[in-house]
Amino acid sequence: MMEELERYLRMDRFPHMWCPGCGNGIVLGCMLRAIKKLDLEQDRTVIVGGIGCSSRAVGYLDFNTLHTTHGRALAYATGIKLARPELNVIVVSGDGDLTAIGGNHFIHAARRNIDLTLVLFNNSIYGMTGGQYSPLTPAGKKATTAPYGTIETGFDASELAGAAGATFVGRGTTYHTELLTGLIVKGIQNKGFSLVEAITACPTAFGRRNKMKSGTEMLLWQKENAVHINRAGRLSPEELDGKIVIGELHRHEAPEYTELYDKLILNVRQETDGASIKPMKV
Amino acid sequence: MGDRTELRLSGTGGQGLILAGIIMADAAIRDGKNSIQSQSYGPEARGGASRAEVIIGDEEIDYPKVTNPNVLLVMSQEACDKFASDLASGGVIIADSTYVQELPAVDGQICKLPISQTAREEVGREMVANVVALGAVARITGVVSRAALTEALMARIPRGTEEINRKALELGWQLAEQGSTGVL
Amino acid sequence: MSRVVELARLMQGNEAAAEGALAAGVRFFAGYPITPSTELAEIMAERLPRLGGKFIQMEDEMASMAAIIGASLAGVKSLTATSGPGFSLMQENIGFAAMAEVPCVIVNVQRSGPSTGMPTAPAQGDVMQARWGTHGDHPVIALCPSSVREAYDLAVRSVNLAEKYRMPVILLMDEVIGHLRERVVLPSPDEIEIVNRRETQEAPADYYAYRADETGVPPMANFGTGYRYHVTGLAHDETGNPTNDPDKAESLLLRLHDKLGRNLEDILIEDSRSLDDAEVVVLAYGATARPARQAVKEARRQNIKAGLYRPLTLWPFPTASVDRLARQARTIIVPEMNLGQYRIEVERTVRGRASVVGVNRVNGELIAPGEILQAILEVVK
Repeated sequence: MMEELERYLRMDRFPHMWCPGCGNGIVLGCMLRAIKKLDLEQDRTVIVGGIGCSSRAVGYLDFNTLHTTHGRALAYATGIKLARPELNVIVVSGDGDLTAIGGNHFIHAARRNIDLTLVLFNNSIYGMTGGQYSPLTPAGKKATTAPYGTIETGFDASELAGAAGATFVGRGTTYHTELLTGLIVKGIQNKGFSLVEAITACPTAFGRRNKMKSGTEMLLWQKENAVHINRAGRLSPEELDGKIVIGELHRHEAPEYTELYDKLILNVRQETDGASIKPMKV
Repeated sequence: MGDRTELRLSGTGGQGLILAGIIMADAAIRDGKNSIQSQSYGPEARGGASRAEVIIGDEEIDYPKVTNPNVLLVMSQEACDKFASDLASGGVIIADSTYVQELPAVDGQICKLPISQTAREEVGREMVANVVALGAVARITGVVSRAALTEALMARIPRGTEEINRKALELGWQLAEQGSTGVL
Repeated sequence: MSRVVELARLMQGNEAAAEGALAAGVRFFAGYPITPSTELAEIMAERLPRLGGKFIQMEDEMASMAAIIGASLAGVKSLTATSGPGFSLMQENIGFAAMAEVPCVIVNVQRSGPSTGMPTAPAQGDVMQARWGTHGDHPVIALCPSSVREAYDLAVRSVNLAEKYRMPVILLMDEVIGHLRERVVLPSPDEIEIVNRRETQEAPADYYAYRADETGVPPMANFGTGYRYHVTGLAHDETGNPTNDPDKAESLLLRLHDKLGRNLEDILIEDSRSLDDAEVVVLAYGATARPARQAVKEARRQNIKAGLYRPLTLWPFPTASVDRLARQARTIIVPEMNLGQYRIEVERTVRGRASVVGVNRVNGELIAPGEILQAILEVVK
């Protein structure tokens, strides 16, 4: 399987920088399988990352890759997609990058329903800086900046994206890789803004402080605590407490931003040609 | 300094003075002269002090601001109180008597004209008081030609308002003519 | 009516900057409304779709800056416009554009600061921020117009320089010039020189995204054209891939500066008035150059040997020209709507060979010609 994916990797960039037990490689594998399944042309595909462990993924990928500033990946990607709508644009972002410093860009990219596929690597922690709590760290969990457990309530990034206007939202985990791959496929296929939230493990910065010392333990936690959306509907709120709901969470139809803009150009130009607006001299 | 006129059009935000300044400067260019327009305004879209400044001349215009206007339009008492003393010696103050009651003694000429009242009563829209004022200023000072002013006005107003604007300009012109024949 | 009178029109500085950028080929604008630059966004929103280009109002200035970098990487000439507070927010991504060598232009119509200051009042308080606003040693080009026509010309030039040297270029305007309307005759399209980024001629397999040739500037490959490479704000080697190698990191930074250093003749432009025999030189830029010119004319009428030197390129600093002035003049007067940001640089170059005097205002008003004349009269007393 790995060999099939090698064509998508810059093999000279390995070994990668992630820790043993890290789930980022699993999410990346799912992403590449989805790209392979859809047979996206590498030359016509741009992958954009922010800052953080997961965003470093873009450096290992043999596409047009852009490693941006902290939190701003979606804003850079918006510029690329609007300038060249024919390119496939995929964005990779971590929970701190996307929902803290980049939170505003997140809700506005969703609101515009611009055709970007966002893969959120949610490991509940700032890994690269050594384990500070993020807006997706569950309440009560420990971090270097929450030594007594965080008293903040986390976002539900998927709910947030759906409410803001994303036309496709799905959540998977690094344990449920087939589901995750399938969700990324659907996210890329969706003509509009898609979020695929991947629950992933950071044993080094999160697990160790929260009674899960190894990647394996964390994978098992994902297995035991994930509830598929089809089953979740039959459970009471009490039964769902502390669980993570996975599967296709949200989908609706809405016009896509770059298509709307191209229509606007057509309309304005027809009007111009109709001589109601004089062309400028310059 | 050559042939150079400095105008300050002042009043309250929302009276359309900046647009009036733009039209005046535009008209001067249509007359083949050099002109420049600058403005000073507060954060309010309506209300607050507002002023537009126009310099018209034949030569290169360096400093774009007006310190001592030869022509001062005042459309509020506040503007009059603030700017009347800036008038250049021998200049002219054109005051909208609808809003300006008290005028100080100045080393120059004063024309009191019911500009806003005319717009309100004879056009039915006080909104065009700025255009009435333009007509009056142009007639009194001769700084731009009527043809150029009409052209500039027509180029910068919303479509469909040509008629009332034309009328407003004419009323301002007449107002100034009556003013200069003894209504002062 | 003569042809010139026919073509002459009343135009606003912000409008001229927008039209200049369009004439130079800008087809993408991302921005966020802010006084006194908003007209640029409004004009772009109206004009770009008619030209087949794109306008987007982003959620803030960080996003605006990010979006124009993205669009530029995808091959479209890109612009944003802002004022002080927004310019502050753009700084991190301006650094990215400098580091990753992405052509783009930022118009900053300066207003009174710091912080919210007086939003509708002019200032020149961002001169140093234009130079050093983003962290780290980075190259920058900043151009500064003193008239509406110059706003047009320098907008064209900003786009050209950004494309030629693959870097962010700042068009540093001020509220006076931005909102000033004056008579202009614009050049016809065939009079305008347009520079496009140099695209690589290498085959994709042989392409090194950050390998410069003798110009110091690496030829570019736009996203989606068959060249797959990595763009990052991290220190990187010639491939574009990140590196922590001290030699490679340093050679990158040195090259980023060197691409300006070896092309100063092309980048630096200036203007002067009555400079030949001047003993007192007024060095002024932006709106302040206008009262300065009037003051110099008045001084000449009084038989004072005064002259005006006006850098249109503020950054990189015109060291050679100021060095010449230092040898020629007894006094250099630097009027600025700030507390002496450029004067410090002038003093640094003059090194005591002439006296350097500031005329400064931070009250939100343009300096009057009389204040500058007064300073001239005092030094010749």
